[in-house]
Amino acid sequence: MWLFDRDLWFEIFHTLGKNMFRTFLTMLGVIFAMIILVLLLGSANGMSNGFNKLFAGTASNSLFVWGQQTSMPYKGFERGRRIRYKIEDAEILKKQIPEIEVLAPRIELGSHRGVVTVYRNGQTSGSSVYGDFPEIDNITKKKLVEGRFLNQTDIDDSKKVCVIGEETYKLLFDKGEEAIGQEIRINGIYFSVVGIYKPNNNINIDGENAVFIPFTTFQKAFNSGDRMGWMAIAVEEGTQVAVVEKQIKDILKLKYDIHPDDERAIGSFDMSEIFNNITAFTTVLKGFSFFVGIFTLLAGVIAISNILLITVKERTKEIGVRRALGATPKIVKRQIVVEAIVLTAFAGLVGFAIAVGILSIMNSMWGSGDDFPFVNPMISVPQFIVSFILMVGLSVLIGLLPANRAVKVRPIEALREE
Amino acid sequence: MIEIKDLHKSYKMGSNSLHVLKGINFNIEDGELVAIMGSSGSGKSTLLNILGMLDGADSGEYTLDGVPIKNLSETKAALYRNKFLGFVFQSFNLINYKSALENVALPLYYQKVPRKERQEKAMQYLDKVGLKPWAHHLPSELSGGQKQRVAIARAMAAEPKVLLADEPTGALDSKTSYEVMALIQKINDEGNTILVVTHEEDIAHMCKRIVHLKDGVIVEDKKIEQVRAEQYV
Repeated sequence: MWLFDRDLWFEIFHTLGKNMFRTFLTMLGVIFAMIILVLLLGSANGMSNGFNKLFAGTASNSLFVWGQQTSMPYKGFERGRRIRYKIEDAEILKKQIPEIEVLAPRIELGSHRGVVTVYRNGQTSGSSVYGDFPEIDNITKKKLVEGRFLNQTDIDDSKKVCVIGEETYKLLFDKGEEAIGQEIRINGIYFSVVGIYKPNNNINIDGENAVFIPFTTFQKAFNSGDRMGWMAIAVEEGTQVAVVEKQIKDILKLKYDIHPDDERAIGSFDMSEIFNNITAFTTVLKGFSFFVGIFTLLAGVIAISNILLITVKERTKEIGVRRALGATPKIVKRQIVVEAIVLTAFAGLVGFAIAVGILSIMNSMWGSGDDFPFVNPMISVPQFIVSFILMVGLSVLIGLLPANRAVKVRPIEALREE
Repeated sequence: MIEIKDLHKSYKMGSNSLHVLKGINFNIEDGELVAIMGSSGSGKSTLLNILGMLDGADSGEYTLDGVPIKNLSETKAALYRNKFLGFVFQSFNLINYKSALENVALPLYYQKVPRKERQEKAMQYLDKVGLKPWAHHLPSELSGGQKQRVAIARAMAAEPKVLLADEPTGALDSKTSYEVMALIQKINDEGNTILVVTHEEDIAHMCKRIVHLKDGVIVEDKKIEQVRAEQYV
């Protein structure tokens, strides 16, 4: 196998090495092309990683369902009727739709997004107050600064505990003051603080100024009975959120005598749509980078071919001599093609190394920033392998051009005295 | 060693064709040192190119060491060139980025001789032309005479049946020319067959036989008393 012919490689490295300047010029195009390709791909990956980090903690396959007012009269009911869910709906939905993985009912004090005055030692805050199940943490993860989130025991024993947002903490407590174990008052009822959470840059549905208390406690304390405000639902991996959304709405419409065509009675928000949009965006970005990069690479490889063409012309005599000395057309061709491959591959690696260096610098400068979605910009191994194979493949094809030119020149013409 | 019968060659120049060789017949025996003489346009270079398998004849027979040379593919021609022939050119045609030693070793590379053996053999031939101390010099660091001696060493390294020299002294001054001819004579003395194309009388008379070419035919073919080149060096 000629690939392992030590002499061939020796001959090629010798030829390239003895013509350093020419070799360097030839490689320049591919070096830059590879830098651009890797930088583009790396940045796109960094952006994608950045978005992933931004939304870490929010289940992507989730949706939220709440009640609104009917917009169509139905079965004797007038339009404008307020839909109020009951806690039993959660069980009904879970039973009828097996694709639902988590269903966390929630109830809110006051109207939707309403604000309730919370007291503590003469300080007050206008906060949202939610009655929740611990399962909600599986859908929108809370970053806890201190203490813990609500748990099943809190629900079972209807404990008067609460988890508050950092914003709420700032309003109710002095700076540095210990909050865990302290009591706050809502509508005349005292709750002891068990945890403080921090907004974590992700999609923040609950706001930062909020108080979470166990659902069961909420029912008793504020006399909400079997009412339920809204539901956070996570569906099984691989199931379309929109499909489950429709099933849920159909069941609820039937139960609450809502006109089947009434689109406004039930409010919902499909979280996966946002994720799909972002995924589509980053995929397009990656595809675009790859596209641009590959064409730059093509241009670089063509530049190599071009310079090889010129050098073949310049080396006509050398090639003629080699052939007079017994080099077969195959050997001449192979030498030039392998020269093209070696040049391209080496230039590609150099460009790759430089680009990786630049990416690491970029990463250390902006990579950890919370405000800009740019994390760990680096190209993946498959991306690298694909671009490398593509590059070498191109160089073979394009090396054939000067190689054919080289063997087309008959030795007699190459050797003709001027 | 070389047998040529009724060799014809013409070149197409636009609509009219130029008949360069008009029926050449001659034989070269083993160990001969032959000068092919003629003015420019006489067809001597064309003859040499055909002998060197760099060009094909239109008609006629060419047999080299019993092997008929006809309708060769480029690959086959390259193999035969490598096996049978050594070339020496007027302008030396050394590969300028390779040292003298590497230049001499090149035909051996195409013969797939292992590298170490190649180097040893190349060094041996460089020594023979008296350039062993210059082995690792680039052609640009050598004088014209030295370059031609490297070229001769390169031509000899593959141990060819015939050495073809196309105006080997054309680019050299007379003193250096005689040095080169002395070397060619020495190689011939060792039994090698050599063909020299030249238009210089004195160089031709340092061979053992002169073939005169004029307008594509041999006008004279005579054996001569060889003038030894050493006496002028």
